[in-house]
Amino acid sequence: MTEYQSIGKAEKKIDGLSLATGTGRFTADFTADQILHLALCYSPHAHALIRAVDLSPLEEMDGVVDVFYHANVPRILHSTAGQGYPEPSPYDAVLFDHKVRFVGDRVAMVAAETREIARAAAQRIQVDYEMLEPVFDPVAALADGPQVAAEDAHAVIPAVYRPEENLAAQVEIQVGNPDAELAVAEFVERHDYETQYAAHCALEPHAVLATFDENGRLVIITSTQVPFHARRIVSRLLQLPPGRVRIVKPRIGGGFGGKQEVFLEPLAALAALKHGRPARLVLSRREVFRSSRTRHPMQIRMSTGVGKDGRITALTMDAVMNTGAYGSHALTVLSNAGSKVLPLLNKIEHLRFFGRSAYTNLPVGGAYRGYGATQGYFALGQQVDIITRRTGQDILKFYKTWHIKSGETSPVFEALGEGKAGVGQIIRSCTLSECIDRGAAALDWYAKRDRHLPAGKDRVKGVGMAVAMQGSGIPRVDMASAAMKLNEDGSFNLHVGATDLGTGSDTILAQIAAEVLQVDLERIVVLSSDTDLTPFDTGAYASSTTYVSGNAVRLCAESLREKIVDVAGAMLQQDPAGLHLRRNGVQDADGTRKLTIAEIAACSLYRQNQVQLQAQASFVGDESPPPFIAQFAEVDVDIRTGRVVVTRFVSAVDCGQPIHPRLAEGQVEGAVVNGISYALCEEMLFDQRGRTTNASFWDYKIFTAADIPELVTILVESHEETGPFGAKSVGEIAINGPLPAIANAIVDAVGVRLFRAPFTQERVFRALEEKRRREAAGGP
Amino acid sequence: MEGTFRINGRHELLEFSERATLLQVLRDNGHQEVKEGCAEGQCGSCLVLLDGRLVNSCQVFAAAAVNREITTVQGLGTIHAPHAIQEALVEVGAVQCGFCTPGMVMAAYYLLRHHPDPSEKEIRRALDGNLCRCTGYTKIIEGIRLAARRMRQA
Ligand code: FES
Ligand code: FES
Repeated sequence: MTEYQSIGKAEKKIDGLSLATGTGRFTADFTADQILHLALCYSPHAHALIRAVDLSPLEEMDGVVDVFYHANVPRILHSTAGQGYPEPSPYDAVLFDHKVRFVGDRVAMVAAETREIARAAAQRIQVDYEMLEPVFDPVAALADGPQVAAEDAHAVIPAVYRPEENLAAQVEIQVGNPDAELAVAEFVERHDYETQYAAHCALEPHAVLATFDENGRLVIITSTQVPFHARRIVSRLLQLPPGRVRIVKPRIGGGFGGKQEVFLEPLAALAALKHGRPARLVLSRREVFRSSRTRHPMQIRMSTGVGKDGRITALTMDAVMNTGAYGSHALTVLSNAGSKVLPLLNKIEHLRFFGRSAYTNLPVGGAYRGYGATQGYFALGQQVDIITRRTGQDILKFYKTWHIKSGETSPVFEALGEGKAGVGQIIRSCTLSECIDRGAAALDWYAKRDRHLPAGKDRVKGVGMAVAMQGSGIPRVDMASAAMKLNEDGSFNLHVGATDLGTGSDTILAQIAAEVLQVDLERIVVLSSDTDLTPFDTGAYASSTTYVSGNAVRLCAESLREKIVDVAGAMLQQDPAGLHLRRNGVQDADGTRKLTIAEIAACSLYRQNQVQLQAQASFVGDESPPPFIAQFAEVDVDIRTGRVVVTRFVSAVDCGQPIHPRLAEGQVEGAVVNGISYALCEEMLFDQRGRTTNASFWDYKIFTAADIPELVTILVESHEETGPFGAKSVGEIAINGPLPAIANAIVDAVGVRLFRAPFTQERVFRALEEKRRREAAGGP
Repeated sequence: MEGTFRINGRHELLEFSERATLLQVLRDNGHQEVKEGCAEGQCGSCLVLLDGRLVNSCQVFAAAAVNREITTVQGLGTIHAPHAIQEALVEVGAVQCGFCTPGMVMAAYYLLRHHPDPSEKEIRRALDGNLCRCTGYTKIIEGIRLAARRMRQA
């Protein structure tokens, strides 16, 4: 095993102390003189035409500066999805429209001298609506629902898109002949799974400040995961060349996909440009719940044919995804429910994925950690449990036999990518079988499985598990770059377009540079995510940063290393081939002749053949090596009340070589708790008119420290040869397991299976009642 | 309205509107270290000490805090002179996005002042009003245990 000096070490997160002392600044912490405060007016109706907007109630209000709405803002169709160009999401959004499509859709924006005035004024705008029939159910919307999207909405890539049928996206791939195989199977398991609307709940609400530099250029400080996409989208909507716009991402208070959406930046820019004043828009928590983005709910019918020997011979997935009022990520999240799920059991020869995304008059879906894979694994993870129980197979052995392994591939990689054909790849690193064994050992699986152990009065224990994979960036699409220069004291500036959302990517990218250059981490000064100062990066999504941005940093540092060694060779009058970097310096093979990096830097800047030692590099992945995970839940279920408590949760993950094990564990732990909370209690609820009824932390309950189970996280190393120092991604994968693992554990405890999430006390109670009724009637 | 607040040991004469919360007044006057995650008393990002009691500053009218002693996270420790709790949280990897961290530090400080040797259960209970979406809380609890140990030894 290679001995690293920074990789794999518990370095201090470079912005940690700044954040812990409240020094690090988030978007809403920035101020400016003469600031305009912005507030939005939202639709109270799910589907309506705006007949008239009456602004007269605002006339006598002091401090109201301007109101923007459909009649005075250019109508430019775009997607808010914050993806690469051309976007796979349809162009179906405009800044303000004369039609509203969900409760929380925006109608107008007020600019005022204070936030209070802006908010009060936004409430006073009188809108005359002509009601349209709404549609909330995605299946009904596809069948014969009223058209939700704009008449002129269109796709910008070749993709199935039929807004007149509320079809926001459709994906179909087939391998082999699944129908024929299902027909001849020993038995077929066919079940319908349904996941719910969920909110990201990043602690920092969405915020943006649009201001100007000394030359009058637009500078947008924003809590975004995608600064470069934000620049592109803002420039297009405001008809400015991208060179006239600078996007700066300061510290950001969590994203989880929700801040991939570019939906506020153009509004702040609009007001700032029109009035030549800085403009700030900060959403309240209720606005974030009602009007930002969500996890797309999905209904999946999964059919599996099983042969005499107990193996799965064919598998089909029929998915209907609710994208809400706009098609943000409608195609790609849907695709990922297949592309990140089907390759896992790669020996199944006959497969089909058929998915449709439906427009409805409910809040808008978006990117959310797991990105469709979470929804897909809810189905696959239970289906495998059902089959192995029915055939009496050991589920651990089943997974170990059938999961994809190093040196293997799946036809799905090539057939299905991000809304289009994918990129074929052969797995180079996979320690999933070891993850399964180590996770099972940590939970003491065999001592607990099928035992129905008592856990106090009326409470029964159960255990369940699930397995998943994800990806590491989008191959041949995601591009990242890095630039570095050497300073005279032997420190380095590292400039990366990559976006640290709190994940610690600034730190791990610095570690990669420090490792290549064999210098202490403190010498790497990181500047990230500023479209003026840092080179391009597609952004922080698709689990791309460690792998894609990390590789760019590695290449950049390697190129700089060569230049440093060349200068050292000239200084020592020695062939650079015999020199290497070690402990903040350069030395020859036996260490007799050496120079410090600082000496080399000072010489190159001041003394001899003066030059700034610097380098830059870009990276695009040819493949997207998946991380793998095995997750185990131990629950106890109250058979009287239906209350489920997760008491222990084990995750064993193969993310390649962890660059920073503690931060990698933190990614897993955060995703697991989000996932458990999603499995047991999180769900956005709507009334009959489509209004969100639980738009606050009071009513939308997320787990706190008092709720969490004992978490065990095991990093099972592998070495991904294409990754920086062997690393793969880890940001999303761990949210995929809790839903199926907990569902399976509930079955293990009390014999009821839940096909609809979340597993609230009421749902479990009803399932238990149903089971008791069936048993009383002498049924199975 | 106008009033004097004693913030992190310094007297500050501030103007504010009658209905302003303490959180708004702090944030509007350079104390952006106090975060606003919900403004509804549900997330703990805005915790400060008011005369030594832990309060969600979004739930206190500024007018009610006049002439009283307010401690924000910067009053406990700064980037150049951090508090043991802040250091410990960084060391164990409990700071991800860090938006919840100032509030977590305040809750932890309050806990450790009254219970220098808390059990894990007591720590969890003390953090029940603080939401964190990034960390899964495990490392935050670990960091507080580490800080408690160090503070007891100091
Ligand atoms: S901002 Fe005060 S509790 Fe959330
Ligand atoms: S670290 Fe992000 S909310 Fe706690």
